[in-house]
Amino acid sequence: MVYLTRIEHFNAAHKLYNPNWSKEKNHEVFGKCANENWHGHNFELFVTIKGDPDPETGFIFDAKKLGALVTEKVTEKLDHRNLNVDVDFMKGKLCSIENLVIGIWNELEPHLPPPVQLHCLKLVETAKIYVEYYGNK
Amino acid sequence: MGKKVAIFRKEHFNAAHRLFNPDWDDAKNMEVFGKCALPNYHGHNYELIVKIIGEPDEKTGYVMDLKKLSDLIEEKIIERFDHKNFNLDTEEFKNLNPTAENIAIVIYELLRPHIDQEKDLQIRLYETPRNFVEYPVD
Repeated sequence: MVYLTRIEHFNAAHKLYNPNWSKEKNHEVFGKCANENWHGHNFELFVTIKGDPDPETGFIFDAKKLGALVTEKVTEKLDHRNLNVDVDFMKGKLCSIENLVIGIWNELEPHLPPPVQLHCLKLVETAKIYVEYYGNK
Repeated sequence: MGKKVAIFRKEHFNAAHRLFNPDWDDAKNMEVFGKCALPNYHGHNYELIVKIIGEPDEKTGYVMDLKKLSDLIEEKIIERFDHKNFNLDTEEFKNLNPTAENIAIVIYELLRPHIDQEKDLQIRLYETPRNFVEYPVD
């Protein structure tokens, strides 16, 4: 079993805001991240797949094809967008990176051709903050 | 001539913006600015590097106390722009397109009055790890 990681990036705006709470409560819980007019980040997405190298190609999965798949299914929907407003799979969800990484997993995982398995998504929000998700295990 | 030294302080902030010229229609804005003109904003982790050039003070050995420079950047720049929307939340960009170029010029102008006039000041601003600008140019 070998693990292969492809790194992609996107820029987006968001805010952390629970519509069921007052403005004061949102600012108390989320601080500056609750700014109503949004803020934004340069996000980095690490997509790690696992499998055995194919005897014909030596690849688990063509890394260029993996990059194209991540671009088509994920980053084109997110890049230069507002995560709260523009992204269909984040509608009605709180736009934390925890929820975003789960959303990205659900968008991407069904499109990986067997026997390729998605192992981990790592989503970096700032130089000091990132999350990892290994699927609903 | 004394020995000039450059000192640097690195800070960062996160903000939303869009690139948009209100004198143009939406089609022209999309043609020129591409995805950066999308109406609901996007955002960046900005990295700011402030460079000060001067001769070290005879008594302290400092060009400028880096703690004081850090506090100054925090007060004048970070508190103003961090977790804000350049287009909507700031006076400086009410009528100015918030490109990295213009943001660097504005940061320079906000800091310049508070730094010893004998020292040179230069701003480097990273909008992404790959896109960055400097102002002023030698």
